[in-house]
Amino acid sequence: MPQTSAAETGTDATEDTAFEIAVSTRNISKNFGDVEALNDLSLEFPLGQLTSLLGPSGCGKTTLLKIIAGLLEPTSGEVEVNGQKVTGPGPDRAFVFQDFALLPWASVIRNVAFGLELRGVARSEREAVAESYIKQVGLAGFENAYPHELSGGMRQRVGLARALAVDAEVLLMDEPFSAVDEQTRRKFQEDLLGLVQDQKKTFIFVTHSIEEAVYVSDQVAILLPRPSRVSEIIRPSSFRGKGVDNIRRDPEYLDIVDEIWTSLRRYVE
Amino acid sequence: MTLLGYRLPGMSSLIVWGLLWEIIGQSGLTFFVPPLSEVVATLFSVIGTDAFQKALAETAYAFCVGVLSAICIGIPTGILMGKNRLLDELLLPWVNVFLSAPLTALVPVLMVLFGFGMRAIIITTTLFAIWIIILNARAGVKQINRSLVDMARSFGASPLDAFFKVYLWAALPEILGGIRIGIIRAVKGVIIGQLLISIVGFGALFELYAANFLMGHFWAVLIVLFALAFTISEILAYLERRVSYYAAKR
Repeated sequence: MPQTSAAETGTDATEDTAFEIAVSTRNISKNFGDVEALNDLSLEFPLGQLTSLLGPSGCGKTTLLKIIAGLLEPTSGEVEVNGQKVTGPGPDRAFVFQDFALLPWASVIRNVAFGLELRGVARSEREAVAESYIKQVGLAGFENAYPHELSGGMRQRVGLARALAVDAEVLLMDEPFSAVDEQTRRKFQEDLLGLVQDQKKTFIFVTHSIEEAVYVSDQVAILLPRPSRVSEIIRPSSFRGKGVDNIRRDPEYLDIVDEIWTSLRRYVE
Repeated sequence: MTLLGYRLPGMSSLIVWGLLWEIIGQSGLTFFVPPLSEVVATLFSVIGTDAFQKALAETAYAFCVGVLSAICIGIPTGILMGKNRLLDELLLPWVNVFLSAPLTALVPVLMVLFGFGMRAIIITTTLFAIWIIILNARAGVKQINRSLVDMARSFGASPLDAFFKVYLWAALPEILGGIRIGIIRAVKGVIIGQLLISIVGFGALFELYAANFLMGHFWAVLIVLFALAFTISEILAYLERRVSYYAAKR
């Protein structure tokens, strides 16, 4: 999806204005038995922006995402979404899974409408909503196909449409593009930029790819392991508005990618 | 299979075995094996009799009630065992013991406990079928993709919704496999029950024919039983194939 508003938004993002915070985690600790996955971690996620959690494996980024989703309970600390304390999964958050997590016995349209089905939305209504999101993610014509008939990339589009269909304010994405091929992934990343722009939702995006994180994010949080902590928050400023085709050769993009690699490389065996 | 350039339809081998049976029967080698043609003729004459239809009705009743209770108790038990660690630890040893136990030896005890009537036969049938149904439903739930469970939770599924819309379907291929094997075992259960507990239904017919050396009748009833069991098993195998397309992709 090429962006049209390239010039207007280009420069003013450099001023670090105070953003409205949609999600905040405060002093989160999480132990699995004796293993400490997260230790006293605090992080804020600005409204309407995409924040990446980036780090080497074992730094607890997926654990943090699942705690925000309410799927895991923190050992201590708390999560707030729009000022409300999180006690479990809720309709204000939707999850996109690394392995898609589609119902293999259900058609695309039922999968996309599944979140609404669980909320008790009437069939005709939820299918109408599902249909429009299926169209939006580019799967029109596949409404009645089954997941095993689709490619990996198409399956993740179904997963994405399902998360969009419940119209949650916060989208939690757990390495959503890691199970699709490289070319599809690039297309996904471009589409995601468009999505962040016109959905006005808050995205929290877990990835292990430095390039992907810098490419899609308004804000990259670098998590480091042992002990798990936020080491750095990077806000790319200049290239966000230059259009999807120019990001990868922007000097700032390349610098940030390099800088992150320098700080991460000693954690990689 | 093709023979001399002709494609043979499925189960053509039955013709060979049928012919062999006929030849042995006609040769009069043993009174125990009458010719197949005679057995088939007997079969049609027997099917119409009141005795046969009464036996069929009684057996079908005991079988259906027995299998149905095995399914209705077995599937939820298996699913709960797959979901709940404590229940699993409590029940799994017993399920495994009963699965491999020679249940026929238990039938006299059941007679004492539940009397010499239909009730004991039904319970015998259930006991034959239920263990494999429990074990398969449990295995089906155990292999559910963790993220499918997370998905249901994160989109706000109530426990009841999660059970009926995710767990049950995700475990369905294994559950159907368990039901199919359970039903095959239930056929044994219902006949053994009828033979040992109270001489009713097909058990009574077998006793009658064997005691009077009516081998034609004996084989005819046996063929009917085999055919019934085989048909039920095939119908379930067909249903299993219809859901197996997603079995590998949960």
